[in-house]
Amino acid sequence: MIIELGHFALVLALLVAILQMVVPAWGAHVRDRRLMAMAEPAALCQFGLLLVAFLALMNAYVTSDFSVANVVANSHSTKPLLYRISGVWGNHEGSMLLWVLILSLFGAAVAAFGRNLPDTLKANVLAVQASIAVAFCLFILLTSNPFLRIDPPPADGNGLNPILQDPALAFHPPMLYTGYVGFSIAYSFAIAALIEGRLDAAWARWVRPWTLAAWMCLTLGIAMGSWWSYYELGWGGFWFWDPVENASFMPWLAGTALLHSALVMEKRDALKVWTILLAILTFSLSLMGTFLVRSGVLTSVHAFAVDPRRGVFILAIMTLFTGGGLALFALRARDLRQGGLFAPISREGSLVLNNILLTTACATVLVGTLYPLVLQALGIKISVGPPYFNLTFVPLMVPLLLALPFGPLLAWKRSDVLGAAQRLMFAALLAAVVLALDFAVFHRGPVLAPFGLALGAFVMAGAVSDLVYRARLGNVPLAETWRRLKSQPRSAFGTTLAHFGVGLLVVGVVATSAYREERILVMKPGDEVSIAGYKLAFRGVAPATGPNYRAEVGLFDVTRGGAPVTKLEPSKRIYDAPPQPTTEAGIHVSWRGDLYVVLGDAQKGGGYAVRLYFNPLVRFIWLGALIMFIGGGVSLSDRRLRVGAPGRARRFAAAPAE
Amino acid sequence: MTRKQRRGVLIGVSVGVLMVAVGLVLYALRDSIVFFHTPSDIAEKHIPSGERFRLGGLVEKGSVKRGEGAKVSFVVTDTLKDIPVTYEGVLPDLFREGQGVVAEGKLTPSGVFVADTVLAKHDATYMPPEVAKALQAKGVKLGKGATHPGSMTQ
Repeated sequence: MIIELGHFALVLALLVAILQMVVPAWGAHVRDRRLMAMAEPAALCQFGLLLVAFLALMNAYVTSDFSVANVVANSHSTKPLLYRISGVWGNHEGSMLLWVLILSLFGAAVAAFGRNLPDTLKANVLAVQASIAVAFCLFILLTSNPFLRIDPPPADGNGLNPILQDPALAFHPPMLYTGYVGFSIAYSFAIAALIEGRLDAAWARWVRPWTLAAWMCLTLGIAMGSWWSYYELGWGGFWFWDPVENASFMPWLAGTALLHSALVMEKRDALKVWTILLAILTFSLSLMGTFLVRSGVLTSVHAFAVDPRRGVFILAIMTLFTGGGLALFALRARDLRQGGLFAPISREGSLVLNNILLTTACATVLVGTLYPLVLQALGIKISVGPPYFNLTFVPLMVPLLLALPFGPLLAWKRSDVLGAAQRLMFAALLAAVVLALDFAVFHRGPVLAPFGLALGAFVMAGAVSDLVYRARLGNVPLAETWRRLKSQPRSAFGTTLAHFGVGLLVVGVVATSAYREERILVMKPGDEVSIAGYKLAFRGVAPATGPNYRAEVGLFDVTRGGAPVTKLEPSKRIYDAPPQPTTEAGIHVSWRGDLYVVLGDAQKGGGYAVRLYFNPLVRFIWLGALIMFIGGGVSLSDRRLRVGAPGRARRFAAAPAE
Repeated sequence: MTRKQRRGVLIGVSVGVLMVAVGLVLYALRDSIVFFHTPSDIAEKHIPSGERFRLGGLVEKGSVKRGEGAKVSFVVTDTLKDIPVTYEGVLPDLFREGQGVVAEGKLTPSGVFVADTVLAKHDATYMPPEVAKALQAKGVKLGKGATHPGSMTQ
């Protein structure tokens, strides 16, 4: 009964979304306040209905209702509660429902917090947002309905893929979707602005918090996915340039560019046309990611169900929203007046450079991801792997990272590089010291690695330099510095934190990639092996049982210089349902890096294959991403950016039509 | 600086970055892509030894031999032609006899494929689509598992 209720709520949500798409847009066109006013309750109602649908499905999972086909295919009665809940979005149908739920949540948030948005803009934004919801509700109902019953119901389900039964992965999809789908707001605002033919700095002030929130979630979502694949897949790698990873990375790159160009638009009323285009492209890349992952056109280590009908449907949705958006852009962009002149060497100029490099890098990732598809159509099968991305993406990141610390130090409108360079003296000095130390300490690894580490250090120190300069540390008494620091807007701290996080991430990536140690060997009980200063003694293998799996656990005593450090217990699990093996790595975390042990297969002559890694500074990668997330949060809490902050919208409403 | 000059600088930088990117992409696409072949393709196309490619097919039943240390050898087949493969390392969890596999590496002059990467899908019933397609194209009948919709791991 509850499942039918959920199904019914989903259908109702579709109908509400259709109303929300048509009526307010028409109202905005004929300037009828009553018609436009429908958008707000409709958006809230649509969210409520989708929430009912989602909770109904979740209920079926939690109570293990095996009369529902989707539950049978993806759940099992012995599964722990957390994974019964995460199982809802651990499959194609359920995750699509979550996708639409988050979409409507953003729409509802605009309706709830956007009280002082101009009526027509709000009506148009919510109408565009509803049109996306209509497309995806139809997609769910027609091709991927999670509410279908099965008769007769089987005694138990097939279970969730065991590698998905993991706490980090339980929250990875919701985070990622919040990021993906969050960019829909930027898209809706862009389309609404194009429909109205009106765009000013206040528009950017409205769009930026939403973009920032989406960007934060996408950052954390990608980092969680990377962290999960690091410890769960047993390869000890953090990024594989897999098509599915690229699918989430491209919107991130475009979204990062959007975040920065919206800044120029808000502060200086420039780059309008470009910002609108980026907003359309960012969400289009999100849609393309959804298409790539769910259509099965790509070969990937992780992909969704392969069903051509779904692929064609999502391709149609993608073409409609990308093509429609770009067509509207081509028609109306001419009407948007350009404003705000600036010299090439200025804050705006540096943000333009940021945009050029980020979008170009995004394009190279796009080419690498789609090239195999194009060749596949010609009958040639190839794969584009990490070497391609190392050759194209990485060289484009170097100038970006070099220029990054300069950006915040340059003044708006017109500035000079020398002044910024002087303020970066300390950062450059630190980078030089790091460079010299690396060459002195490490004699192995690629020659370019010390430069990479120095670059990371430069970015980190440069980010801090900005704040130090603003507080005039050393030039004025300490109390004055403190006072100045306190009076800085939160967004300044946010920028510093986020940029610092980027530097940390670069250091982690370079150190792990260049100085990783790896050993593969066969160990018998009693054997010892050394890696990166650690000594591991293998004591043997013991059986163990979990709630829904059996395991073989390898026992390792880890010592360093004779002193015991820890015991590592990597294991191989066999799950009951579905009967599938997984590898659980044993990881010892220290500030130097991770000691990573994987237990392999038993060998004929006794003993086990064992894989050991030492991944130096690998935690910096996720720590860096986390700091970027926190930086975004700090920036979002800035009063000037706060959603619904009073006093801004009135100026917006009074702004003359352009 | 006039407006025109400023625009010139902007366009110049954009075009410059784009040119560099196009150059990098073309260079990388020439040198760092990997082709995918089945054992039959190798026999037909005379792949030179030393060229890096991906080999896809089924792990022949009874062919997996564990050597000294972590060395493993097995035979990849598309039921028409076979290629012996050697690999040093820990095989993925889902590596099984009779299942689909993709190995990346090089062919030696003696016709043995030395793999440095072995991929198996994270789903017991799944076969990499390129393997499934290649095998179907060769007229190999596949079990139900090959086209079974797997679950996500995105």
